[in-house]
Amino acid sequence: MAHDHNVNPNAPLEYQSEVGRLNITGFWTFLGAEIALFSTLFASYFALQSRVGDGPTSTEMFEAGLVMIMTMLLLTSSFTCGIAIHEMRANNVKGVIIWMIITLILGAGFIGYELYEFVHYVHEGVTLSTSAHWSIFFILLGTHGLHVSIGIGWIILLLIQLARRGLTPKTASKVFISSLYWHFLDVVWIFIFTCVYLMGMVS
Amino acid sequence: MSQQTKKGHFPWKHIIGFLISIALTLVAFATALWTDWSSSTIFIIILIFAVIQAALQLVMFMHMTEGEDGGLISGNTLFGFFIAIVIIVGTYWLMTSGHMHMGMSM
Repeated sequence: MAHDHNVNPNAPLEYQSEVGRLNITGFWTFLGAEIALFSTLFASYFALQSRVGDGPTSTEMFEAGLVMIMTMLLLTSSFTCGIAIHEMRANNVKGVIIWMIITLILGAGFIGYELYEFVHYVHEGVTLSTSAHWSIFFILLGTHGLHVSIGIGWIILLLIQLARRGLTPKTASKVFISSLYWHFLDVVWIFIFTCVYLMGMVS
Repeated sequence: MSQQTKKGHFPWKHIIGFLISIALTLVAFATALWTDWSSSTIFIIILIFAVIQAALQLVMFMHMTEGEDGGLISGNTLFGFFIAIVIIVGTYWLMTSGHMHMGMSM
């Protein structure tokens, strides 16, 4: 806790206390572990992708329009989240909260479409146990969707704290860390979009 | 408190990053759905677009290279991606070639 007072006034707010700075660096280490986690799911996806059994293929199930809507929602939410951090660096609490709420609404829209997609597939008879291909599809997409859902809950709690305590080196580093998490989920989605959806619609 | 307040500073970096991301997404989409190239050609091309877009997010939105620990963070993240590539390519190679041999011996 003694490090808390070690303030560098020339850095952006979130880097000002040593604890805040180290928390950010530590979170990047966590993201390294998340990259490894998702890589195992992608590895399984590539290995099992062709095992469709008696079930339908990706080409038969995927809808280009739905995929584009989901991608644009998440991409835009990543952008608005970046704007929230930009506002934070201009020391504007209100701006941070407003842009973060927009981010969360877009994120919730993404989750809504993903749930719609899953429910639609189940109604068409495509479930977790249809084939190895669809098992890994639901596991990979579900893990990503779960991360987004956890992110929404986490950022809501952070915003409550931010509204109560205002921008301090401590709250700023927390908001910055949550933005890293959110952007990271978009990075994962870029690869899901490319490797799962686009390649699934090619063949 | 904060000496680095940039009030009224327009977020150009974010907007440019966002526009490039949208462009890359659309070009990848068009490449995958509206060309009749072989699927491996398409895969290589859209994977390059994905890597560019991911790098853009990491550097422009996540400020990866910024701050005192920027070098450490970038090294850590690049190592993470290296591990990811080893796991994905290794698993794919092992599972596909291993399966072929199993099929032949039976």
